[in-house]
Amino acid sequence: MKVLVAVKRVIDYNVKVRVKPDQSDVDLANVKMALNPFCEIAVEEAVRLKESGVADEVVVVSIGPKAVQEQLRTALALGGDRAIHVETESMPDSLVAAKILKGVVEKEQPDLVILGKQSIDSDNNQTGQMLGALTDMPQGTFASKVSVEDGSVEVTREIDGGLQTVKLQLPAIVTTDLRLNEPRYASLPNIMKAKRKPLDTLSTDELGVEVKSTVKLLKVEPPAERSAGVKVADVDELVDKLKNEAKVL
Amino acid sequence: MSILLIAEHDHQALNPATAKTLTAAAKMGDNIDVLVAGENCQAVADEAAKLSGVSKVLVADNAAYGHQLAENVAALVAELGKDYGHIVAPATTTGKNFMPRVAALLDVAQISDIIAVESADTFKRPIYAGNAIATVQSEDAIKVVTVRATAFDAAEQGGNAEISAVDTVIENTKSRFVGEQLAESERPELTSAEIVISGGRGMQNGENFKLLEDVADKLGAAVGASRAAVDAGFVPNDMQVGQTGKIVAPQLYIAVGISGAIQHLAGMKDSKVIVAINKDEEAPIFQVADYGLVADLFDVLPKLNEKL
Ligand SMILES: Cc1cc2nc3c(=O)[nH]c(=O)nc-3n(C[C@H](O)[C@H](O)[C@H](O)COP(=O)(O)OP(=O)(O)OC[C@H]3O[C@@H](n4cnc5c(N)ncnc54)[C@H](O)[C@@H]3O)c2cc1C
Ligand SMILES: Cc1cc2nc3c(=O)[nH]c(=O)nc-3n(C[C@H](O)[C@H](O)[C@H](O)COP(=O)(O)OP(=O)(O)OC[C@H]3O[C@@H](n4cnc5c(N)ncnc54)[C@H](O)[C@@H]3O)c2cc1C
Repeated sequence: MKVLVAVKRVIDYNVKVRVKPDQSDVDLANVKMALNPFCEIAVEEAVRLKESGVADEVVVVSIGPKAVQEQLRTALALGGDRAIHVETESMPDSLVAAKILKGVVEKEQPDLVILGKQSIDSDNNQTGQMLGALTDMPQGTFASKVSVEDGSVEVTREIDGGLQTVKLQLPAIVTTDLRLNEPRYASLPNIMKAKRKPLDTLSTDELGVEVKSTVKLLKVEPPAERSAGVKVADVDELVDKLKNEAKVL
Repeated sequence: MSILLIAEHDHQALNPATAKTLTAAAKMGDNIDVLVAGENCQAVADEAAKLSGVSKVLVADNAAYGHQLAENVAALVAELGKDYGHIVAPATTTGKNFMPRVAALLDVAQISDIIAVESADTFKRPIYAGNAIATVQSEDAIKVVTVRATAFDAAEQGGNAEISAVDTVIENTKSRFVGEQLAESERPELTSAEIVISGGRGMQNGENFKLLEDVADKLGAAVGASRAAVDAGFVPNDMQVGQTGKIVAPQLYIAVGISGAIQHLAGMKDSKVIVAINKDEEAPIFQVADYGLVADLFDVLPKLNEKL
């Protein structure tokens, strides 16, 4: 079985972004970038499927400028077998990313495609579902458990009310939630080995996808700041303030 | 152009997020139709018809929609939605699951999780865990939008919309519902509660959450948690508040033994009043708290319970 994992380069989750003074966007100059945490979980799940003998190849794909190859190497160090870089000038929006991934799916014919449920920069939570619609594959989003057996995959999903389990015929799409697994750290030897693993580059022309966005970013502003309030001495003072000052009790 | 709003429900009752999403939809234009897709869901349709500002309620009542499988619901919505100018749903896990499929079927982008409507085609939405607010404009003929319900007030009652049945049945053979484990709780639902009290890693274990629950019951509050508390297995996943969990904006949010990581703040910093109880006076949660109490939660919670 072949597993395709889509991974995205995003700001490191520890970094608090700043908005540019001209409000055109956030300032990503000299900011630490990393593999999107949900994509790391996706790679880990695919590698575990390989280690348990269910999958025999893990292909990782990333879309974006040349710099995304750094995250592809990380994904290879975590256990991916080979990588595909689809080169675009800037990060495409979710629909375009899904169209590009559809092209990769047609070329690679994977049995399972694993994506992060959302990327922590634009927080869209769209790409996997869109890819599902475009390829007519069933989807198991926000997965906390994945088990593959006889041509199908059972996915337990984290939903607002609790957990839901669905069974999907392969090929299928899975998007990862936080509790699916705890990703390993790449060891130094594996980081070295990853440098020699195959990494192919594809253009959007080769995949026949036009990169354009129908969504214009007009402005990016900082959120309304909350300022720190007061410290109270004890429970009595707290209850008193909540009742008589804030009037929320 | 009219607006198609997809109702969120459990087949028996309308989820409060729907009435809030209706308020957002009303700012995009008029002529709002509500689609109720489910199984034996007539009561939901009746409820939706009473919301003020609804023109028509469409009911697709069929076993194919019984578990809200994204494959079926998305195909139905894309089919019905192609003559509308906007397709709108709350950004709950149900909406997040099927709406991007709808957008892709219609070959348009989706605008996720909006917190304000500037005009029929321009919206504000948080990005980077709420550390920036983007204003985006959609040039698509059909705008597919999910709405952060906590950012809008609920629409009023008092409507009397016509209800009509939709016979389109779309059933795919590739996905199937197996089962579910739903949390049962007598307490108010997290995202619509007036008061939320959440516990973090500082709670130490699941049993200690009883201390929070006692206070919650006195206040009529919902109980939430940080990711650390959920990951550690103290409480189930549906209680997680944050960037990647539930977004809450109650009148009062009490954070107990929670440090205040940006991912947690993303889920609660629009609460009206924030209280932090933490023994570390340097904890970042105090930077957003209106009232901070630097103390051991195991001393504070029993006292609080007594005082209320
Ligand atoms: C209005 C708007 C303005 C934007 N402006 C800019 C800008 O100025 N600069 C800029 O760089 N970007 C910009 N973007 C792009 C944006 O940052 C995202 O890259 C884009 O929206 C796609 O990711 P997502 O967050 O929708 O993915 P999600 O749907 O949240 O991601 C889910 C999963 O999809 C997969 N995935 C998503 N994207 C990729 C990818 N590129 N490669 C491989 N897998 C992927 C991953 O598995 C990921 O975990 C803009 C987007 C919008 C909508
Ligand atoms: C991709 C990604 C997504 C994430 N999404 C979310 C999310 O949606 N929601 C979320 O919450 N987190 C999320 N996180 C995790 C987040 O970064 C933090 O790790 C998490 O919020 C920490 O939880 P905590 O505050 O309970 O634990 P800690 O940071 O360990 O804080 C525990 C606090 O309890 C205090 N404490 C301990 N004992 C006591 C006592 N006896 N009395 C009083 N105070 C005490 C300590 O002083 C400390 O401040 C995400 C992380 C990533 C990478």
